[in-house]
Amino acid sequence: VAEQTESVQQKNLDGYVGFASLPNQVYRKSVKRGFEFTLMVVGESGLGKSTLINSLFLTDLYSAEYPGPSHRIKKTVEQSKVLIKEGGVQLLLTIVDTPGFGDAVDNSNCWQPIIDHIDSKFEDYLNSESRVNRRQMPDSRIHCCLYFIAPSGHGLKPLDIEFMKRLHEKVNVIPLIAKADTLTPEECQQFKKQIMREIQEHKIKIYEFPETDDEEENRLVKKIKDKLPLAVVGSNTIIEVNSKRVRGRQYPWGVAEVENSDHCDFTILRDMLIRTHMQDLKDVTNNVHYENYRSRKLAAVTYNGVDNNKAKGQLSTKSPLAQMEEERREHVAKMKKMEMEMEQVFEMKVKEKVQKLKDSEAELQRRHEQMKKNLEAQHKELEEKRRVFEEERANWETQQRLEQQKLEASRTLEKNKKKGKIF
Amino acid sequence: ISHGHGGSHSSSGGSTLLGYIGIDTIIEQMRKKTMKTGFDFNIMVVGPSGLGKSTLVNTLFKSQVSRKSAGWARDEKIPKTVEIKSVSHVIEEGGVKMKLTIVDTPGFGDQINNDNCWEPISKYINEQFEKFLKEEVNITRKKRIPDTRVHCCLYFIPPTGHCLRQLDVEFMRRLSHSVNIIPVIAKSDTMTIEERQEFKQRVRKELENNGIEFYPQKEFDDDMEDKSDNDKIRETMPFAVVGSDKEHQVNGKRVLGRKTAWGIIEVENPNHCEFAQLRDFLIRSHLQDLKEVTHNIHYETYRAKRLNDNGGLHPISSNDTQESNL
Repeated sequence: VAEQTESVQQKNLDGYVGFASLPNQVYRKSVKRGFEFTLMVVGESGLGKSTLINSLFLTDLYSAEYPGPSHRIKKTVEQSKVLIKEGGVQLLLTIVDTPGFGDAVDNSNCWQPIIDHIDSKFEDYLNSESRVNRRQMPDSRIHCCLYFIAPSGHGLKPLDIEFMKRLHEKVNVIPLIAKADTLTPEECQQFKKQIMREIQEHKIKIYEFPETDDEEENRLVKKIKDKLPLAVVGSNTIIEVNSKRVRGRQYPWGVAEVENSDHCDFTILRDMLIRTHMQDLKDVTNNVHYENYRSRKLAAVTYNGVDNNKAKGQLSTKSPLAQMEEERREHVAKMKKMEMEMEQVFEMKVKEKVQKLKDSEAELQRRHEQMKKNLEAQHKELEEKRRVFEEERANWETQQRLEQQKLEASRTLEKNKKKGKIF
Repeated sequence: ISHGHGGSHSSSGGSTLLGYIGIDTIIEQMRKKTMKTGFDFNIMVVGPSGLGKSTLVNTLFKSQVSRKSAGWARDEKIPKTVEIKSVSHVIEEGGVKMKLTIVDTPGFGDQINNDNCWEPISKYINEQFEKFLKEEVNITRKKRIPDTRVHCCLYFIPPTGHCLRQLDVEFMRRLSHSVNIIPVIAKSDTMTIEERQEFKQRVRKELENNGIEFYPQKEFDDDMEDKSDNDKIRETMPFAVVGSDKEHQVNGKRVLGRKTAWGIIEVENPNHCEFAQLRDFLIRSHLQDLKEVTHNIHYETYRAKRLNDNGGLHPISSNDTQESNL
């Protein structure tokens, strides 16, 4: 019985099995399915974003009948889709444009709509991934963000630095120098060096070209890395130069050719974006940026929104049981707290009621006293009156008696007189 | 030309002279005087960094009057608020001395939040007016009041090719009444000739819609000749310029220009850019007019406002002169 070793052994085949055709099978399947790619372009208006998109994909995505975002009503984030076919392969290309970026006087938080848009695409994908029925999973996540730097020749602007710092962890950022025909070759070199220096200084993580095992490819990749950030010129007008028809821009002093690698880095960008690294961009988006978003989002959700800030810091390394324990404890604590609160409220209410009753009792008592006093006062008054009345009566009676006496006296006198007369 | 009777009396339509008097030598006398005293010229350059302001000024005055920020160390990078830096040089040409002052405004339009970034500039301009006013109002005036007022403001528009930015409109709207604004399109080698024409038209239209009067202002045209000259100039403004202080060989001649892989952009070639036109306009024909408009119109506006506001100036506390009674 052969021992099972841990390492995987390499075995030589005795005959032709046929799984070498696996890449072909994958290829055929993918071609049937078609590819999707979403590209975002960000930059101040007037930097030639729409022209560059047209040049890259050799179509008039934005033309006179369907003008680019710069000529339409301003929205913050705009999406346009186009289906391109070449050699039997279809590509559903989505371009996300950001008109109005950095154009206002006050540009604080102009990056917020863009961040929100990227997050919403991630969320859509997360939701569709978590569904029960996952038959159709459209991938509208942003695979690549081309950031256009104005060719000032000095360095990055504060807006550029802020934007890239906020987006380098959410999307693959590829910085480009726009309208590079403004710069002479020496100025361009200096500018590129300055930009790379600043990018490193601020620890911005732009898209990194992966190292491969292939020597040839590594050399190509190194050449590209030396030329970062790429200085591009866009144009779709065809001009005759030396009896050759090329795409370029016609100046009085010459023609700047778009596809001439001495003039600008457009060909490098196109090859890199479409011909060699498109799949890698998608993979990095899926494996790195999307996973970052997903773990952050899910960690926040399991904490039931109690303390999201805390949760964001820790990607959940706890086991679900421990989390449940925590939750239970928290719940119990919450219940206790609620109970205590209720008791407190109850006590308070009771006190209030008692106080109220006391108050009304006192009130009644007072009124009672008051009334009693009133009655006594009245009583006294009446007594007084009666006394006065009695006095008067007594007076009157005495007077009456006096009168009576007087009368009697006078009568007796008269009687006596009469009697006397008779005698 | 008036009717010539001999011995004409003074009428408002000029009288013929009987012989040569020599009044026209006054021009020569003025010229000699100006040459002796020299004159001041103050020019301000405004615009976000990286538009080639310093290079253009150096090219205009054919000397290193403005220190370029091309090789700057990162510590002295974009300042957090708008600063005003003024540098003076005395340059001489043909016996005429000029004290040229360049006022630079680093930090304008560079922040993320550019609200009110025009305020330091407005304050500076008013301060210069105030200084001049104080000197003028003094009891014992200096023989020649030093003139630090801003005669001309070159506003650099970035060559986006679309339209004016909100910041541009705001700035020009607020300052077109205190200083002569000359808008220029910077780094115009970015645009092809058609793009340039379209852009200029759009910019002019927007300026008109917003009621911004740039120099030469229509309302100050003195007579028909002025008006037709200025109209021609107004049609070509804003000038699309390219600046450079490096020389290259072109057809055996040494010219100022920028060398790219696809050609050499000659700064002084009118087919390539409008730098020559700007220079002629600014220096060779309208220099004196700029100063006059600043003195007669902008300064007088400021003065009238000041005097009306306070009902008389506050006591002047400079040079321990007595208070002036107005």
